[in-house]
Amino acid sequence: MKKVILIVAFLGLLAIIAVGTLSQKESEPTTLMKLKEKYSKKEKPSVDHSKFAALQQKFNSPQEVTKACESCHNMTAHQVMNSNHWNWEREEYVEGRGIIYLGKGNAINNFCIGTQGNEGSCAKCHIGLGMDEKRTVFTDSTNIDCLVCHDNSETYAKANEKGGAPDMSLDFNKIAQSVGKPRRSNCGVCHFYGGGGNNVKHGDLEMTQFEPTKEIDIHMATDGMNLTCVECHTTEQHNLSGKVYSLSSMSRNRNTCEDCHTATPHKDDILNEHTIKVACQTCHIPTYAKGNATKMYWDWSTAGKLKNGEPYVEEDSMGNHAYMSIKGSFVWKKNVKPDYIWFNGTASHYLEGDKIQDTSKSLVLNKLHGSYADDESKITPVKIHVAKQPYDPINRILIQPKLYADKKGEGAFWKDFNWEKAAEVGMKDAGLPFSGKVSFIKTEMYWPVNHMVASKENTVQCKECHTRENSRLAGLKDFYMPGRDYSKIVDIGGMWILILTILGIFTHAVIRFLSYRKLKNEVSK
Amino acid sequence: MSKKQVYIYKSFERFWHWMQAILIFFLAFTGFEIHDTYTFFGYRDAVRYHNVAAYMLIALIVFAIFWHLTTGEYKQYIPTFKNIRAQLDYYIFGIFRNAPHPTKKTVLSKLNPLQKFTYFGLKILVIPVSVTSGLLYMFYRYPSKQGVEAINIESLEFIAIFHTIAAILLVIFIVTHLYLITTGESVTSNLRAMLTGFEELEDANNSTENIAEKNLSTKNLE
Repeated sequence: MKKVILIVAFLGLLAIIAVGTLSQKESEPTTLMKLKEKYSKKEKPSVDHSKFAALQQKFNSPQEVTKACESCHNMTAHQVMNSNHWNWEREEYVEGRGIIYLGKGNAINNFCIGTQGNEGSCAKCHIGLGMDEKRTVFTDSTNIDCLVCHDNSETYAKANEKGGAPDMSLDFNKIAQSVGKPRRSNCGVCHFYGGGGNNVKHGDLEMTQFEPTKEIDIHMATDGMNLTCVECHTTEQHNLSGKVYSLSSMSRNRNTCEDCHTATPHKDDILNEHTIKVACQTCHIPTYAKGNATKMYWDWSTAGKLKNGEPYVEEDSMGNHAYMSIKGSFVWKKNVKPDYIWFNGTASHYLEGDKIQDTSKSLVLNKLHGSYADDESKITPVKIHVAKQPYDPINRILIQPKLYADKKGEGAFWKDFNWEKAAEVGMKDAGLPFSGKVSFIKTEMYWPVNHMVASKENTVQCKECHTRENSRLAGLKDFYMPGRDYSKIVDIGGMWILILTILGIFTHAVIRFLSYRKLKNEVSK
Repeated sequence: MSKKQVYIYKSFERFWHWMQAILIFFLAFTGFEIHDTYTFFGYRDAVRYHNVAAYMLIALIVFAIFWHLTTGEYKQYIPTFKNIRAQLDYYIFGIFRNAPHPTKKTVLSKLNPLQKFTYFGLKILVIPVSVTSGLLYMFYRYPSKQGVEAINIESLEFIAIFHTIAAILLVIFIVTHLYLITTGESVTSNLRAMLTGFEELEDANNSTENIAEKNLSTKNLE
């Protein structure tokens, strides 16, 4: 009886361990429920701009609208003019360089290469009006383009190649009276089209996100939480939180998932432990470029071919540009599985005029730092964009060509299709030396993937990483991961010892059986 | 010499043995799935089940250690070189000639010298390596969560490989064990003994050599 009680008690203990470990702790209400509650209350504006007298006057130019805005918002101009949206640069401390001012002005990118000398075209995505090559507008507050961010009439649009000025035929009164908090359309008009077309740059930010479904983006889905950009990218004094590492170096002012969801959002402890080394995005963004393809490869070296003396365009099977005389050849991809890297939130950039150390290898334009051994690093999904772009093989620096001009004969590549001339003019504008020779070098850019978060049912599953074959993390070799890694010696050695053991047993058993039969026969005889 | 049904495996011992057998088999099965040797439960469930079974095995081991110490049964496992040669000779030659077992199985000496060595090795080396590496595996690099700074080890590789080695050794042990239990008086006599507790043995009272060790008898402790 005593034994029975002991055994029952022991089984009871085991059952408690099993139930305790397997059952999922419920902590009501969950963070997610609180967030859903918070963001389903859509904020109503506290003022109706259409009633303000200052906005009733007849506007003939966007500058007049800005003046009217500033007549009430009289402290706002200096906030805007201290923002990186206005300055196109941030102050950054970079190991080995010291304090630098990094931004579109001095970084080279993998797409249209750089803004210098091309402001007339590039400034379409500046929050100012009419930037010229000397960037004089930077000092005049009436050139702030309030409307590009705050228009809620969905009619404001900047004109092409006017240095950021809008189409003058717009109804400025209607637009000025509509203003409010930026919507997805205000942000998307620049951020979805960076690099000269939809989804060229990011891969995870593109025009389907104006009105996305849950399949595209669980946060912004119009059939879901319908979040706008600025609900996560919150603003303080016109400085937005979050930035992308194409143009920033330091781990600060980052917009993280943890800001809302906490660092341990899962019910399952093992998943929560992953967050120490794995960024949320790694599991929660299984693919990017879900709505439309993104540009993965840009080869400038093929640019400049003409048909009958005229530039031309060719399309791929998805209807994206496969070749443009002005830009070269492209490869686009849709539903792309990200690459994965260790990333600690710091980056270093190739800046205009930097010497290329090794021209035989791919030049990484924004190296994202991190490693397994680094406590700050997490496995992070990235889009790696590869390009072939012009460089000066004598001076060993990347070339900032003059691309855009409104007419032929100024040396702009997009009009004259002459690399040497475009390089000469462009490098002169940038104040850099040029040897007269143009060659091409492979360059890479790393774009952390942060948007297009999937629903929890569609997250990356354990087995997609923890597997020997085709692991998503096959490229990260500086650590041991269960399921993916093993010791060849132990596994193969162990297997052979096991095989030999079984063979030994089998042989022993056969001899035993035969000798047993023999003995039995002898006995019966 | 007369034969007699002897109660050789006590109920806790049998419970411990079979519980351990189930848990080790289950741990090996889920463990090699985590090792990506095959797929059965799915990775996530394999990990969860493996962890639960691991805690169960640890609890069982704690109970077993207590039982072995309090009953003095641990002495069964103290290895000896005495008769080890004879035991090896038996498995390699004698068994084929229907020779008698070289060592007598009694309540006080259940294990032959080879078993003593093997089980001693399991208890002192393989299981401790398996459990220690397993615990390190679970708590590895999560000091911020578990509050144990001291086990903030640089790489999982070392832990994982030791855990795998221990697992492979256990599998090899089980395979060999399953075969060797068929070498008793009859093919199933050992298995039956471990299930029922009773085995037909030479009457210990007729054998004089063990009487001197009477003070070891577990009966005295009850």
